[in-house]
Amino acid sequence: MPLLEVNKLSISFVQYVKGSVQQRITVVDELDFAINEGEIVAVVGASGSGKSLLAHAIMGILPKNVETTGSILYGGELLDEKLLRRHRGREIALVPQSISFLDPLMRVGKQLHTRADGEVQDKERDSLFERFQLGKHVARLFPFQLSGGMARKVLVSTAALGRTRLIIADEPTPGMHPDDVAEALGRFKQLAEGGCAVLFITHDIEAALRIADKVAVFYAGEAIELAAADDFKGQGERLRHPYTKALWRALPQNGFEPITGTQPARSSDVQGCLFAARCSSYAEDCKTKRPESREVRGGMVRCLHAT
Amino acid sequence: MPLEGSQLGWRYADGPWLFNDFSIALNPGEVVGLVGPSGSGKTSLGRLLSGYMKPITGKVILSGDELHKGSCHPVQMIFQHPERAVNPRWRLSKTVTEGWSPDEALLEALGIQKHWLQRYPNELSGGELQRCCIARALGPETKFLIADEMTTMLDAITQAQIWHTMLDIVHTRQIGLLVISHDHALVNKICGRTVNFA
Repeated sequence: MPLLEVNKLSISFVQYVKGSVQQRITVVDELDFAINEGEIVAVVGASGSGKSLLAHAIMGILPKNVETTGSILYGGELLDEKLLRRHRGREIALVPQSISFLDPLMRVGKQLHTRADGEVQDKERDSLFERFQLGKHVARLFPFQLSGGMARKVLVSTAALGRTRLIIADEPTPGMHPDDVAEALGRFKQLAEGGCAVLFITHDIEAALRIADKVAVFYAGEAIELAAADDFKGQGERLRHPYTKALWRALPQNGFEPITGTQPARSSDVQGCLFAARCSSYAEDCKTKRPESREVRGGMVRCLHAT
Repeated sequence: MPLEGSQLGWRYADGPWLFNDFSIALNPGEVVGLVGPSGSGKTSLGRLLSGYMKPITGKVILSGDELHKGSCHPVQMIFQHPERAVNPRWRLSKTVTEGWSPDEALLEALGIQKHWLQRYPNELSGGELQRCCIARALGPETKFLIADEMTTMLDAITQAQIWHTMLDIVHTRQIGLLVISHDHALVNKICGRTVNFA
């Protein structure tokens, strides 16, 4: 049984358009996702494809004007507000995307310490600060006094061994120096070896491949491919979905060639495949038929024509 | 005329000097990379060059002139965290047009969709916000751009799209561009030369 299981999760924003007229925008549509203990799953994909929303939905911290359907199971139990209250900040840790998630009026050292932390966790955090070359004085600083890279390092220190079972790391590495990225990745690896499930949301595909077992690729609120980390090689011949291939080839070290267009804003506007308008191997049936997820070469893909 | 930082020095309160006696010059149309460890003062340098802060020692010279007068600053900075560079209580349409009114062609080149402009910042992703910040910074009076980890929060395809657009624009308009980044692959790909900041 997976530690965390997301079934048909849909997330929509309810917005006021004019006066009291409301409009509903579905940003994540029937998303399925699972992660096991000791496993590192990287989540990559288009900006705005719902990666952070997935993280926030799991943590129960979506904004108020949001409606969700579907279910999230944690250890087989429905992860509702009651269960979240028990586990959030203890068994389930979030490494947030932005420093604005920190309390601006609280010194960072104090914020990192949770009620569940004992001496072991505090000591471990001290040594982690040392490995990140953060210096003892950093714990006494307020969030606004940290540089972008320092802030990331502080945020990565929120999970602790022996207490955390699931870490959701939302873009933990951008703006970090390569040495610190390696340090942070080593930290996640260490936590995974200790039985922790790591959900690693990132744009840094190269970093993800260094530690992840599997890579989930998101596009327009759907998981369109689940591939082994080894599939990301060469020109991406082993990848299944045309979007994943395009993403791989757009990296500066792999050609830096973008495809044109953007992902559809509302999946409901598109009848067929969400990627059809930008796809190089587009066929007539892509326009009318929304692809179901299916298994191809040991991975999952949502594409009618992937082989 | 180049943008010059001459013998710049900066530190916070009584802390150690982040940098001292540091000089840098950026020519129109030139794309220069700036790399260095986090916390070494790269962003602070950007803020000095773009006039957000006054250097403690040294000076910033633009077109031979030290002080800038007028409404739009010719050196614009694009920040690492777009969600902290916009007013959270303004719809994006107001944010994007606070300095000038970007034309449709630019919005399209940056992949900005019309309906994003009707939303508030917390309803857009980091990448979507960043595109809006880029459009805001590219006003007609902009001569130099400081891009501080501009695309680190974007996916590879969007990153490549935005840099291709950006490089086209800076080339056509002869804008000088300073690229602050940790991504060596990116810096090697797009920058004419690289300054190591340590």
